[in-house]
Amino acid sequence: MLKALNKTGLVFFPAFDWAIDPTHPEREERLLYTQDQVLEEGVFDIPGIVEYKPDLATIHDIQRTHFCVPDEKSVTTQSHLISAGGAMAIANAVMNKEIKSGFALVRPPGHHAMRVSHGGRGFCHINMEAIMVEYIRTQFGVKKIAIIDTDCHHGDGTNDIFWHDPDVLFISLHQDGRTMYPGTGFPGELGGPNAKGSNLNIPLPPGTSTEGYLYVIRNCVLPILAEFAPDIVVNSAGQDNHYTDPLTNMNFSAQGYAHLTAMLKPDIAVLEGGYAIEGALPYVNLGIILAMAGLDYSGVIEPDYNPEKLKQSVSITDKIKKTTDQINAYWQQRHQLREQAGKPGELIVRHREVFYDTDNIFERQKEKIWICRDCGGSFEIDSKATPGHHVLGVHIPINACKACQEKGYDFFEKADKTKYERIYLQDRPKDRYEIK
Amino acid sequence: MIIGLDVGGTHTDAVLLSTKGIEKIVKVPTDPTNLFNSVLAGFTQLLDTTDPGEIQRVVISTTLTTNALVQQEMGPIGMIVSAGPGIDPKLFSTGDHYYTVAGSINHRGREKAPVNEMEIEDIAQRLKKAGVAYVGVVSKFSVRNPSHEILIKRILNKHFKKVFLGHHVSGNLNFPRRIATTHLNAAVFDLHKAFFEAVKNSLAEKGLTLPIQILKADGGTMSLESSMDFPAQTILSGPAASIMGAIPYAPADQDVIVLDIGGTTTDIAFLVNKAPLLEPLGIQRGQYKSLIRSLRTDSKGIGGDSALRVIDGKLTIGPDRKGPAMAFGGPGPTPTDALVVLGLMDEGDSQKARAGIHEIAGQLNLSDMDAADHIFKKCCTIILKKTFEMIDELNSQPVYTVHDFLEGYKLSPQKILLLGGPAKFFADKIEEMYQIDTMAVPNASVANAIGAALARTTCEVSLIADTEQGIVTAHEEDFAEPISKTYSEDDLIETAYTLLKEKALNSGADSENMEEVEVVEFQKFNIVRNFSPRGKIYRTKIQLKPGLIKGFETILHQI
Repeated sequence: MLKALNKTGLVFFPAFDWAIDPTHPEREERLLYTQDQVLEEGVFDIPGIVEYKPDLATIHDIQRTHFCVPDEKSVTTQSHLISAGGAMAIANAVMNKEIKSGFALVRPPGHHAMRVSHGGRGFCHINMEAIMVEYIRTQFGVKKIAIIDTDCHHGDGTNDIFWHDPDVLFISLHQDGRTMYPGTGFPGELGGPNAKGSNLNIPLPPGTSTEGYLYVIRNCVLPILAEFAPDIVVNSAGQDNHYTDPLTNMNFSAQGYAHLTAMLKPDIAVLEGGYAIEGALPYVNLGIILAMAGLDYSGVIEPDYNPEKLKQSVSITDKIKKTTDQINAYWQQRHQLREQAGKPGELIVRHREVFYDTDNIFERQKEKIWICRDCGGSFEIDSKATPGHHVLGVHIPINACKACQEKGYDFFEKADKTKYERIYLQDRPKDRYEIK
Repeated sequence: MIIGLDVGGTHTDAVLLSTKGIEKIVKVPTDPTNLFNSVLAGFTQLLDTTDPGEIQRVVISTTLTTNALVQQEMGPIGMIVSAGPGIDPKLFSTGDHYYTVAGSINHRGREKAPVNEMEIEDIAQRLKKAGVAYVGVVSKFSVRNPSHEILIKRILNKHFKKVFLGHHVSGNLNFPRRIATTHLNAAVFDLHKAFFEAVKNSLAEKGLTLPIQILKADGGTMSLESSMDFPAQTILSGPAASIMGAIPYAPADQDVIVLDIGGTTTDIAFLVNKAPLLEPLGIQRGQYKSLIRSLRTDSKGIGGDSALRVIDGKLTIGPDRKGPAMAFGGPGPTPTDALVVLGLMDEGDSQKARAGIHEIAGQLNLSDMDAADHIFKKCCTIILKKTFEMIDELNSQPVYTVHDFLEGYKLSPQKILLLGGPAKFFADKIEEMYQIDTMAVPNASVANAIGAALARTTCEVSLIADTEQGIVTAHEEDFAEPISKTYSEDDLIETAYTLLKEKALNSGADSENMEEVEVVEFQKFNIVRNFSPRGKIYRTKIQLKPGLIKGFETILHQI
């Protein structure tokens, strides 16, 4: 008799009537065959597997995470709100202990959406996991959260949102940025001065197979997670490391994804990319669901799977080992790295440029953050988009110390209204969002 | 004139209806060890004053299949199952003689691994040696491509009496349910065939030679002939019969709750604009899950004969039944005794009823009257609480498009229709407690037989058109045709209507009761590969809705 060992929740929102445009990979058809496979397997009939209806994320839910420019409505569609709401529905069920863990199979994806969002980049407009994490922190008072991004592309959006946050450990495994969009996510990208080492980027060479991928999980991700000891583990479960994915060059498999899930034991998984919609997604998603539920997934194998053909070369194995050692070293040095990054009371300035490939927007940012040893530190971002708007966003982190809360208000009050079209204040301790 | 007959657990109810109204009602006790005698007794009494030549329609509903399933009285059935990637098919075993074999079809109906014909031959020999006469064959995704099932059947045909194929039971995806349903069809076939051939012959002896209709779990009928391929569809037709019997009294354009309050349980169902809500996939009762089209009903273990107890100073009702009410010679107090004490019910021994309620009243520190009222109110509360939970559940069902998420139908009933023995006593109380218009259905005790008599033929077809692969299919109907790249939504709907009409006529529908067709599902997808469109996938499901045949409903309304 089939019965889930772990009570598992699923939100399935394939948005069968939503696409970026008619021939875009992020299209209506994307989860069709996954749904077929999941329905044919009778997954929703298995005792211990519960299907949830997505919630609808509110404007306020988005405002905890993003500065949407000029506003939330201009950047999102209803489908985005349902997708974020899907992740939130699973979070609610996990936090209320209705289920042990859950998987939000939602569209559209979100992990390329950064804190400032002028539009779409990498098929993403708002960040589902980040919105969910901020919701969990506000609603349930959870302190430490880890996000493991296993999409084949660097989770640069999530990376950006938690860049300065020492209480959120973000680890991204992805195909080397020199060979893949968005071209970032190198080992040296470790987070802001107050949060060095709480962002870890693990680039993997093209051709990495199940063996190499699971090596990193076993020898790097799991030990670091054990040390960080998060209250909640979130998996940004992109499925484009698959050997048939049309947009990437990796050799991961359905069995590999299921193993990964069984090892990582995420409390919440949220679907990200993955565009081999016929040959990979139906099997990968089924494997993830069965692994989460503690069920036997050994029969979930792609019809054309040939492990011999997918074996990785010795040089790839060596490269992966070197990267793993380097990341482990950074993690061990994180406290020194923070010390070296600046002195308390110092204001650190960072300039950066962001390109929105989906909506063809170019953005320049100037960010200022106060060095603080007690919290993540308040910061402001001066953001100018072409074409688009010139705005300023001020962020006070949820665990901000009293001094940094005051410094945040100082940024906001001193901001020159004549210089910016809009000035936003994200006051996370008070869960408030103000615009002037 | 038309006849409806429903064999229930305790009574067999039969009615004779004419365009003037109810001509005759017959109630005979059901003999669970010989349902055939119960059916025959019903017909004999019904027809003793009527000329069989005047009968235009006969619909029968029985618990034959349900009993067989509950009592596991089924012969040995061979099952041959092919799966491919996914959950281990051995987990869906139906018992002995269950074989998993090579062969795999994927979600788009493409063959990924072939059938091994030698393997099938070998299993056929083993099944024959084991004395198996009926075999079910099911492959994963056979509703997308049934060629493996058909090939296996060809090999088996010469060895067995009848071979049942998975893709014929439903157009819906769900491999484990397809296995269970195919198995059930094969398992009850012998019993069903013998029973209804006997009924048919006996009725013919009485001069009733017209085609017999059989009630299904979805509240529709099918002809005796078509029931031979799908005998499992007759399971749980009893609750469906009752719900259909409530339809004449349901207002159009409104959502209605139907409560069938019996002795041990209360069945709960919903009508939307006079059409009952259906299960999305099929009947499920506890562990048992199937693809048998069915009305969406749930039951709560509470009824007129539920056992009353006081535990830690609190009253509990049911879920068990120890026997009839004390007023009718039962062993302990029941809600029916409370009705007698309250003076609502005239039948029964009021002294015995009072003695039973007095016992409960003592433990609750209440007067007899207050205790009886408390019991009565609590019954209503328990039933309505369960009903509201069901409504919440229905309204929070997952949906898969932005449109349905934002504009999906929300059930909000404004009326309650009550069926069953104690129905008439409950109507006023429920209305008073919940401020919802509540009405006991006239002739509630034979509403099931009336429902059976008036139920029209129902059926459903599922189609998929795939312009990339150039084919439109409805494998459940053994239909597949080549199509061009320009095949449109309208073409698909037209094909669907043609197939539905054909299926309805084959199932015994008469042409004047085939108008209530509804598109249950329609989906459209562009197939995109490498940024360029390759074709379209259209999927639709249309049905002949459950409902009542024309010409009798208004008469009933005047009763």
